[in-house]
Amino acid sequence: MHRRAFVQGLAWLAAAGPARAQGFAGLGGEAEGYAPVVRGRALTFPADHGAHPQFRIEWWYVTANLRGEDGEAYGVQWTLFRQAMAPGSEGQGWGSRQLWMGHAAVTSARQHLFAERLARGGVGQAGVEAAPFHAFIDAWELRAPEGASAQTLAPLALKASSTDFRIDLRLDTTRPVVLQGEGGYSEKSTRGQASYYYSQPFFTAQGEIALAGRSVGVTGQAWLDREWSSQPLAPDQKGWDWMSLHLASGDKVMLFRLRQDDGADYRSGNWIDADGTAHALAASDIAMTPTAWTTIGTHVVPTSWRVAIASRGLTISIAPLNPQSWMGTSIPYWEGPVRIEGSHGGVGYLEATGY
Amino acid sequence: MSGGLARCGWVLKTLLSHWRGHPMQLATLLVGLILATALWSGVQALNQQARQSYARAAAMFGGARTATLVAKDGAAFSQDLFIALRRAGWAVSPLLEERVQINGRSVRLVGIEPLTLPKETGAVARMDGGELRTFLMPPYQTRVARETLVSLGLHEGERPQLRNGQSLPPLAISPALAPGVLVVDIGIAQRALQKPNQISRLLVARQPLGPASPLSEVVGDRLQLVAPQSESGLEQLTDSFHLNLTAFGFLSFAVGLFIVNSAIGLTFEQRRPMFRTMRACGVSARTLNAMLLVELVALALVAGFVGMLAGYGMAALLLPDVAATLRGLYSAEIPGELTLRPAWWIAGLAMTMAGAVAAAATGFIKLQRLSILAAAQPDAWKELQQRWLKRQGLLAVLVTGIAIACLLFGHSLGAGFALLGTLLLAAALALPVALGLLLQISERWASRYRRQPLLQWAFADSRQQLSGLSLALMALLLAVAVNVGVSTMVGSFRATFVTWLDDRLMADVYLDAASNEQAAEIAQWLKRRPEQIAILPGVRAETRVAGQTIELMGLADNAEYRRRWPLLAAAPDAWRSIAQGDAAFVSEQLSRRAGLKPGDTISVATDAGHWPLTIAGIYADYGNPRGQLAVDGDALVRHFPKTPRTRLALRIAPPQVSRLVADLQNTFHLGERQIADQSEVKAESKRIFDKTFAVTAALNAFTLGVAAIALLTSLLTLAGARLPQLAPLWAMGVTLPRLSAIELAKTMMLALLTALLAVPLGLAVGWCLVAVVNVRAFGWRIPLHVFPSQLVELLAIAMVAALIAAAVPLAKLFRMPPARLIRVFANER
Repeated sequence: MHRRAFVQGLAWLAAAGPARAQGFAGLGGEAEGYAPVVRGRALTFPADHGAHPQFRIEWWYVTANLRGEDGEAYGVQWTLFRQAMAPGSEGQGWGSRQLWMGHAAVTSARQHLFAERLARGGVGQAGVEAAPFHAFIDAWELRAPEGASAQTLAPLALKASSTDFRIDLRLDTTRPVVLQGEGGYSEKSTRGQASYYYSQPFFTAQGEIALAGRSVGVTGQAWLDREWSSQPLAPDQKGWDWMSLHLASGDKVMLFRLRQDDGADYRSGNWIDADGTAHALAASDIAMTPTAWTTIGTHVVPTSWRVAIASRGLTISIAPLNPQSWMGTSIPYWEGPVRIEGSHGGVGYLEATGY
Repeated sequence: MSGGLARCGWVLKTLLSHWRGHPMQLATLLVGLILATALWSGVQALNQQARQSYARAAAMFGGARTATLVAKDGAAFSQDLFIALRRAGWAVSPLLEERVQINGRSVRLVGIEPLTLPKETGAVARMDGGELRTFLMPPYQTRVARETLVSLGLHEGERPQLRNGQSLPPLAISPALAPGVLVVDIGIAQRALQKPNQISRLLVARQPLGPASPLSEVVGDRLQLVAPQSESGLEQLTDSFHLNLTAFGFLSFAVGLFIVNSAIGLTFEQRRPMFRTMRACGVSARTLNAMLLVELVALALVAGFVGMLAGYGMAALLLPDVAATLRGLYSAEIPGELTLRPAWWIAGLAMTMAGAVAAAATGFIKLQRLSILAAAQPDAWKELQQRWLKRQGLLAVLVTGIAIACLLFGHSLGAGFALLGTLLLAAALALPVALGLLLQISERWASRYRRQPLLQWAFADSRQQLSGLSLALMALLLAVAVNVGVSTMVGSFRATFVTWLDDRLMADVYLDAASNEQAAEIAQWLKRRPEQIAILPGVRAETRVAGQTIELMGLADNAEYRRRWPLLAAAPDAWRSIAQGDAAFVSEQLSRRAGLKPGDTISVATDAGHWPLTIAGIYADYGNPRGQLAVDGDALVRHFPKTPRTRLALRIAPPQVSRLVADLQNTFHLGERQIADQSEVKAESKRIFDKTFAVTAALNAFTLGVAAIALLTSLLTLAGARLPQLAPLWAMGVTLPRLSAIELAKTMMLALLTALLAVPLGLAVGWCLVAVVNVRAFGWRIPLHVFPSQLVELLAIAMVAALIAAAVPLAKLFRMPPARLIRVFANER
């Protein structure tokens, strides 16, 4: 695996600044000078599909569970992160304070190929335009055609490639995006940390991927997450376990658990009915228990889980397609497709950070 | 089983008990091993350090080692092309660079984009998060090497002022940067140089990002790809120098092993009664040998470990840049070294152990052959030694045969090294024989003077002593020979290198204009300058000779230039025939490859038919992998009318160089690759070489010290054994002071004879290094320079070392109470 020497220890710039070691990747650092996340602000589209440079951090996150023409299961991740190096006016050209980071990965039961891109803001190497929607870094992009719907954020063309993989997907849906939390205000701790968060969990995906020179046509479902914040984590929150689940019933479930220093955690989630109606889940309603751990280098990551949501009669076990789905990027984390068995069947994506 | 183990333990304990009585011997053994390892690993560390210094200079932002994209006319271009290429999948990184004047000194201001900068382009790319943030955020940073900071007369944190009134961000030291360079963010460089959105060139990373669109589809014909250049001549010269240093490391190691061999030989001899007793008690020869081996390996392991540390310590002490060396040794932050280091340690220790076992091999063989009963009689050992000496003579002849075969029939680098090894081995083996012969002759000569029985005795006794001292003398021979050889090699290298640099890079500024017209324009502009500038046009063409592509270079019409051209061999009136346009000089490499010598004629294919040329001479072209012919410049243009006339070499007074370079760059928009200030290249190269030269001198001293210790311990060990020889003389009335003086004279005579024999051997070693090893590795030869004063100095040092070694045991003899001498007769054997 090729690692660029200069990003070793980069730890995503915010972590290296005054906010060093504040939560995972510095996401628990002080938010002073940045725009605050406030309850009750209505999200507006297409404007909020674009970048929010006055907030510290932001991401456009697509995960897809796919089935190849060869019958194999595959997973695809495409992510663009934006990070401000300092609060204040955005700056012109090379003076821009924005840094961009792209992650892409293709996963099969035997392979997990990933790549990273880094770029400065302000010069056109990376960025996001709200309408027509276009998120890009180098040759990777997520692009909506002229006249695409702002409410559904569809259709989208998704492209990424590296020396050993290629992704070329078309995402489509007729459902509007779903606001997470309280109308898009997603609380991350009991002390006010929060983010703006909406998703498009209803994408169908179709296209072609290539792993190590082998191309395969794929179809499946995809999930897009949009989140931005200035201090999404409390200083004592060291990482999270997050999952997006496509249940066979057509329902969608988003769950996360933020782990605190004291061993306690902050749980939250959302149950999205097949018709798009979202229901926030109470922390007491969610049970997330690791059942198997995978050791990757010096990292020990929970990759199998037992999940229960009592109010919905859901008791499932979650197992990885490939337990070695490690993203060995500047900020390393585990992200990969999972299978669901138990009271409900289905597929999904698991993300485990801070291990 | 446990009984066997217990016996082994018991045997080992008995063996080790010997050292308690002979701590000096243990010390010799350990010191020999430690020094052998230290010299070897130290040379390795130095080599690596010097290579890094070169790599640092060579790789800095691509140098010529990285592929780049440049505008057709060499001028700056819009950064939109950078964006377009990135978006099309190209792994490119923008650079904006220009020479600027700061405090009257010319430096290179380089604007980089750290996030896309390819990792192979230099250590500046290795910024961690915090550094990156400081570099990219107000008040920003100007990164600079410490030496540049000092030469600019500025301090960290100051903001350098440019002549255009712009100021740069605060200075910060970045140790990994090459000298003469200031590094800022590309945005800062665009502002400071008043070139908004402009870049000079794009670096192309070795590792692609993935599939990318063809270049012409993205940027049309606006940019052209310049492929990375292979090693430059300077680098090849450096490589060759380091190859020779490695050879030196090997030779030092061999010297160390001789000391170990002599120490082990002595311990085997002294422990013979112990071996006999143990064998008589039922210890099998195999167990005894196995335990001796265990003991040896344990000693080698300890000594090897200490030796490695000492070697690194020595390298660190000898190099001015101690911190850099230490960082290389102990930090894990530099990739490559991290993976190399354990292997290096293991290799070093394995080498020490293999060396120790090899040095002990003769001892083991002797032990195996010795019968239990014979072991009790010292004479049996002596007889064996005598027979062994005879065999040594035969062996020396055999090894010499191999050496000659290596020289005559071997063509590989391996054969070159084999030649070196066999040469030294043969000489060492032949030494006792040669000394014996010399002494025998001297003895006969002394026997003519019947009134001098003491003189006659002295020669006879020296011969008898020879077998005991032979190993130490061999060590001395090799140490002096290696010293002579390496000093000669280093001296030749230095002389050659410095003259070559001065001669071949005689001009101070080299430039390559974008077109013939621009070159003419520049030449006109230069003539109008107030400075005295000699303009030497350089023309080159490519052609084929004897089936290989070669370079034709035009010689400028300038007396000084021609006078200093590094000719190795020349026909009479060489320059006149060159000026007539029908003769050529041939580069050494091409002359070797094509078998060309002065007087030969060749036919060169040109644009307008064939051009017959007579070889008028051979010149040194160190480090150029391609063959070259040098012809008159005007004649070259006549035969190759299409050849570009864009190259100009300028000679100018050194203090005016930097200003001229800056003016040229700014007036004619010349990129970094189009103009080169050779004075900086020369200064930096000489500095690095001098560092290595200083280190070699110190290493020489170490080697001689090792040999002196070997001699000392041999003499110490022999001192006790020699009492039966000395006591009768004392009893016959020779006073102790007189006896001591005779002993000293004898030792010094042996040492002097050995050292004198070592001089021709050393010169042969030096010759092998520059004329065999180097030619086989690189295809060119360094002329051998002999430095007589250096030889005298070395001999003197060797004699002082021998004197010190001889003085210690003699001081004992001098003060020996008569009772001890009398006791010799009491327990006469």
